[in-house]
Amino acid sequence: MAEAIAFYTLAVLILGLGVAVVTTPKTVHSVLFLVLNFLCVAILYVVLRAEFLAVIQVLVYAGGIVVLYLFVVMLVNLKRAPEAHEDPRRLARLGLGLSGAVLLELAGIVVYSYGRAAPSSAPAAPVEGIVGNTEELGWLLYTDYLIPFEVASVLLLVAMVGAIVLARRES
Amino acid sequence: MEITSAHYTVLSAALFSIGVIGVLVRRNVIIIFMAIELMLNAVNINLVAHARYLENLIGQVFVVFVIAVAAAEAAVGLGILLAFFRNKETVNIDEMNIMRW
Amino acid sequence: MLDTIVIPLLKILVLLNAVLVAVTFMTLLERKVIAWAQSRLGPMRVGPYGVLQAIADPIKLILKEDITPARADRMLFTLAPILSLVPALVVFSVVPFGGDELFYVTDINVGLLFIISVTSIGVYGIILAGWASNSKYPLLASLRASAQLISYEIAVTMTLVSVILTAGTLSMVGIVEAQQESGLWFGFVQPVAFVLVLIGGLAETNRAPFDLPEAEQELTGGFHTEYSGMRFALFFLAEYANMIVITAVVTILFWGGWLRPFPNVEALAFLDLVPGWIWFFGKMFVFLYLFIWIRATLPRYRYDQLMRLGWKVLIPIAIANIVVTGVFKVLL
Repeated sequence: MAEAIAFYTLAVLILGLGVAVVTTPKTVHSVLFLVLNFLCVAILYVVLRAEFLAVIQVLVYAGGIVVLYLFVVMLVNLKRAPEAHEDPRRLARLGLGLSGAVLLELAGIVVYSYGRAAPSSAPAAPVEGIVGNTEELGWLLYTDYLIPFEVASVLLLVAMVGAIVLARRES
Repeated sequence: MEITSAHYTVLSAALFSIGVIGVLVRRNVIIIFMAIELMLNAVNINLVAHARYLENLIGQVFVVFVIAVAAAEAAVGLGILLAFFRNKETVNIDEMNIMRW
Repeated sequence: MLDTIVIPLLKILVLLNAVLVAVTFMTLLERKVIAWAQSRLGPMRVGPYGVLQAIADPIKLILKEDITPARADRMLFTLAPILSLVPALVVFSVVPFGGDELFYVTDINVGLLFIISVTSIGVYGIILAGWASNSKYPLLASLRASAQLISYEIAVTMTLVSVILTAGTLSMVGIVEAQQESGLWFGFVQPVAFVLVLIGGLAETNRAPFDLPEAEQELTGGFHTEYSGMRFALFFLAEYANMIVITAVVTILFWGGWLRPFPNVEALAFLDLVPGWIWFFGKMFVFLYLFIWIRATLPRYRYDQLMRLGWKVLIPIAIANIVVTGVFKVLL
């Protein structure tokens, strides 16, 4: 019951804030809604007993990535509205239609797969044993997934170097 | 009132669709980036939910990688955006057509 | 019901009020200490030795007119001070003031990460305050402040990794217990990390000598130039609350939290007569005093020096510290 209340509240918040992110005209407000959205997702992770990921979500997404967005919004001070010009060849309606199609498709998959499967009994026994998953997650990352982990760190290094090269002013 | 993994899948699908709408309809590149972040988050929700219902941590491990890639994407994407803005004074994707013929 | 809702709520209530009262009296302490450092008396008129000044100030701030600039973004302008204060207060929920369960709201197993991540949210308050004011100096100051915060956050977080390696846990209570087991405060095991966290903490709370975001001479006051009345006060509450957070974290990570000195030496067992929370607050007070002392003593850094210190000195040392700690951890 408690989980149901938490889930529905968070779902409404997440979807509402998501809609706000893509519809708000002002970019700064949009960034703010994105932060709130990420915080709600973090709480959802807590509900799903993934505290480590919840904290990482707040630290990396809300505290890192979105701050970067906010910086860019502040550095890019526009003399005219960001969406003033519209390409006449642009097919916004088709875009909307296509997004609707994606939604329908995903809904179809969900209905199809969950309609078929036996009523899932797994959630009836929530994983009580796993109180702190941080240690197990770290263990997995440094044993079974060591190589992907290192590749990810190389990717981050490359991205860092790339971002610095791109963003620095040529003198 | 039991919450199954289907609930989380539906939530994730809906959030993903919102992201798709944002990418396809908005013209401000910064907002398009943010819509992509929404889509990545939708995927993450799905992974974490299934990691819980399947009672293993592989989904969560994957989320760590998704977050790492999202960070890399944001850094490079915004770097490109800043470099572009310095030349063309715009963040409107409809005006970013110098590579198109 | 009682254990899961009522007791935690009561604890939160007590803690919130305690923090806010502590913050108001911190302002008085700061004025008194700085006055003493400069051979002045400081506030003397309100109450005996000016003690009631700490109460007069908030009353003044509440009664003052609350001005919103005409071209400000109203929503963000209102939200910014709240966004900077709330994370500073939320952090206290995982700070253990004593070993007994009575002295902390909760002990989560990612406690230290939680503190790092929640404090990283505080930067939004500063950025949005500068942006929403729609005014040049606040915007410049907020860009400075947020760049400073992010740079030093990296250094501090990297440094904390070595502490986590030493303790083998992320839980705040667990870290103190690890110090009890090893019989040595981590300040002696990790002196480099302690100095780095202290410097980083000064920078993250925008304290002197890193108080560039509030450099009056350069920025007419900083990111909160356009704020007045209670909203202005909220920024100050946040700054002082963050200071208390930093001192609490330093106390827990490096100086044994509520433990007495040399927790395993039997000959000093009489020190246990002093309850743990008094040790804790005593240690915190020493660091708070140190913060104020530094403010009264050191001149302000220049902006490029600040960035150089953060990126070229602190971060490399922090990484080297992680490597050294890791090597020792494997060898021992």
